[in-house]
Amino acid sequence: MLIAIPVNEETEKSDVCVSFGRAPFYMIYDTEKRVYEYIVNTAAQAQGGAGIKAAQMIVDSKSKVVLTPRCGENASQVLVNAGVSVFKTVEGTADENIDFYLAGKLSSLTDIHPGFHGHGG
Amino acid sequence: MLISILSGKGGTGKTLVSVNMAVVSECGTYADCDVEEPNGYLFLNPVISHEEEVNVKIPVIDADLCDGCRKCIDFCNFNALAYTGNKVIVFEDICHSCGGCTLVCPRKAITEKDKSVGKFEKGMSGNTTFMSGTMKVGVASGIPIVKRILKEVHVNREEDVFIDSPPGSACIVMESIRYADYCVLVAEPTIFGRHNLEMVHELVKVFGKKYGVVLNKCTDKPNPSEDYCLKEGISILGRIPFDASLGAIASVGGIAALEDERFRAIFNSILSGIKEDPELI
Repeated sequence: MLIAIPVNEETEKSDVCVSFGRAPFYMIYDTEKRVYEYIVNTAAQAQGGAGIKAAQMIVDSKSKVVLTPRCGENASQVLVNAGVSVFKTVEGTADENIDFYLAGKLSSLTDIHPGFHGHGG
Repeated sequence: MLISILSGKGGTGKTLVSVNMAVVSECGTYADCDVEEPNGYLFLNPVISHEEEVNVKIPVIDADLCDGCRKCIDFCNFNALAYTGNKVIVFEDICHSCGGCTLVCPRKAITEKDKSVGKFEKGMSGNTTFMSGTMKVGVASGIPIVKRILKEVHVNREEDVFIDSPPGSACIVMESIRYADYCVLVAEPTIFGRHNLEMVHELVKVFGKKYGVVLNKCTDKPNPSEDYCLKEGISILGRIPFDASLGAIASVGGIAALEDERFRAIFNSILSGIKEDPELI
């Protein structure tokens, strides 16, 4: 199974990025092969709809789980329609959060925010 | 002549200047393009004779025809489409109604439906033609409504038209000045006001517009916006004093130029300043 996390840097010791849609990278962890891969988020600089495009990338990566501190409603809709589960990260690095998830210590992300659309004109 | 009145922030006096110029111009048109919070009607009290819905086109995907090629998703520059759970989903609030997805679909699986984003209205206030628009609550962009107002403005093109623009310098303001022959920048006498003046000044230069500044809320204290005009060589069309009687007139929905000869003279002078701008002749 693949797990995706928005990260600030291309290392498993990276902090989890505070933004889902505008994170610079996603770390994809393969639980069977136990390897980390990184994809560049081409939606990070999008004028609008970044969350949608980013969620599409995650869906296309075949990840089944997303660990993120927060997620907007549009991105959430894309993920949920594809059967991707979304869990809320806690303080710690990306790999620590994967360990927390695998140990069943993370809870489902329920506070889906309505997005920050249109700010900045 | 088409004159757009704009400013880098709200509350500088765009509506004050637009309404009063429309009134002193006799038989002019006032067009309220500040569709997020239109307020010109409070002063002009128009009798509305025409009202219509403003619609935009939103794609509708026929799931039976769609084969998941994702050409529409790749095309959409606004990321309004996603392919998830083996079907295309449309994010209506993100869609800019460009129609591109409909064109690129090789299976002709995309049609369009109307979505109402607000209303356009037109009427009269004495000799002044009144136009305005109002966005529906929750709609992301007022630009389609501004476009509808401007389409009507072109019908009245021989008269003087005064476009009360939205505040700021974002897309919707660009739409409001796009066809203008002249832009009036209204500015406050503060450092923040000067900063906002610089923003709209940059905008009108990018658009290659003729422009001048109206300094509002003038006192005998230093005026950073005036300093900026002098430094940049921008023509100052007029100065409106920071006067309690103006506030008193506005607070009961009065029009200063109709209530007080001093203010009529100021707005007349601004209007003739525009008409006599050597760059226009």
